[in-house]
Amino acid sequence: MKDFFVNLLILLVAGAFVNNVVLSQFLGICSFLGISNKIKTATGMGFAVIFVITMASAIASAIYKFVLRPLDLDYLQTIVFIMVIACLVQFVEMVIKKFSPTLYNALGVYLPLITTNCAVLGVALINVQNDYDIFTSIVNGFGTSLGYTIAIILLAGIRERMEFNNISKSFKGSPIVLITATLMAMAFYGFAGIV
Amino acid sequence: MNKYVERLYNGIVKENPIFIMMLGMCPTLAVTTSATNGAGMGLSTTVVLAAANLLISAIRKFIPDKVRMPSYIVVVASLVTIVELLLKAYLPSVNEALGIYIPLIVVNCIIFGRVEAYAAKNAVGVSFFDGIGMGLGFTIALIAIGAFRELLGAGTLFGYGIMPESFTPIAMFVQAPGAFLVLAMLTALQNKLMLPSATNGSGRKSTLACGGDCANCSGEVYAANHSDLQKAKEIAATVENNAKKSQKED
Repeated sequence: MKDFFVNLLILLVAGAFVNNVVLSQFLGICSFLGISNKIKTATGMGFAVIFVITMASAIASAIYKFVLRPLDLDYLQTIVFIMVIACLVQFVEMVIKKFSPTLYNALGVYLPLITTNCAVLGVALINVQNDYDIFTSIVNGFGTSLGYTIAIILLAGIRERMEFNNISKSFKGSPIVLITATLMAMAFYGFAGIV
Repeated sequence: MNKYVERLYNGIVKENPIFIMMLGMCPTLAVTTSATNGAGMGLSTTVVLAAANLLISAIRKFIPDKVRMPSYIVVVASLVTIVELLLKAYLPSVNEALGIYIPLIVVNCIIFGRVEAYAAKNAVGVSFFDGIGMGLGFTIALIAIGAFRELLGAGTLFGYGIMPESFTPIAMFVQAPGAFLVLAMLTALQNKLMLPSATNGSGRKSTLACGGDCANCSGEVYAANHSDLQKAKEIAATVENNAKKSQKED
């Protein structure tokens, strides 16, 4: 039992830092570069992603375990997962809108964007590929999305500070953001080997 | 120029999905650790893109407007599954190297972009060639970036050692930070030479609903409400025109 929890903790740290979803696996780059110009929006997006990825991991691996596996339909996983994610995002949006307008105002704008965020489908597929059970999938999903949130908030913080810097003309805009991402990726490389 | 050749030229040069439009950044950064990987990913995407354009153009008149996105998703996901199974069966080494990025072709915005912007409005033949052109443009860009990273990071090209022995490979280029650095330098170079690119706003505007500019997307505009946005703009424009007219008449 103790081993089980230690393994989960390792998985969580590995997902959040060592195999950071954005900086070492390149999933969700579009939103990482796009929505990171303000800490406030980055935080909103980050928490929306945590919410959706954790739920999607649970549902996708449950469907895989109880429907696709027993029926020998493994090869349909891509189609099923993307549909499930699209429906889930719509559903979550409707539920939040109905029950918690505050939460909707904080996360709502970002929810539709998440359907096309490849990190969600990526995590669901990684869970299945590694044969994680449902609980482990949820932990992996949570760890991965935590890593995304950490990375996007850090980048947003750096970008806010860089706003008034005198950057050479050719590097203005996306080049300097990509350079920042390079340095962050190097820093995160330091975590390699911890787990 | 023949309209089919024009489509190919458009995809490879004029609206190159990576160099000009900056679409599909995730696979671009992730799989370009070597020229071979870039070629594998590019060609798989080309197959999906051409087939998706062909199929959706053929059934475009039967898809109701309201459920078009889910229908596109199903078609594209099925095609990706077919490609994945074919790769598993005939090219296991490519499948191994690209791993999870093959099923992730489903969420590549180039595919939805072309399907939504071109195949859903044009005839079967040109749509097919549009898919091939865009796919080849993507493949060429991936091979170029992959070759550059492989050459500096491992000293090889397509797996053959071509750098002199005194050359110490700069391992960073085949690792994660190298991907960001190469792309940063590429965009900076485009800015410096004033080459058209979505990142400096001088590139041809993508016909994608969200503008296609992933790097500067602020998330406010989303594909689903694009048509509403368009209508609102049209209304605003007519209101403005009317106001101007009435002012003139006054």
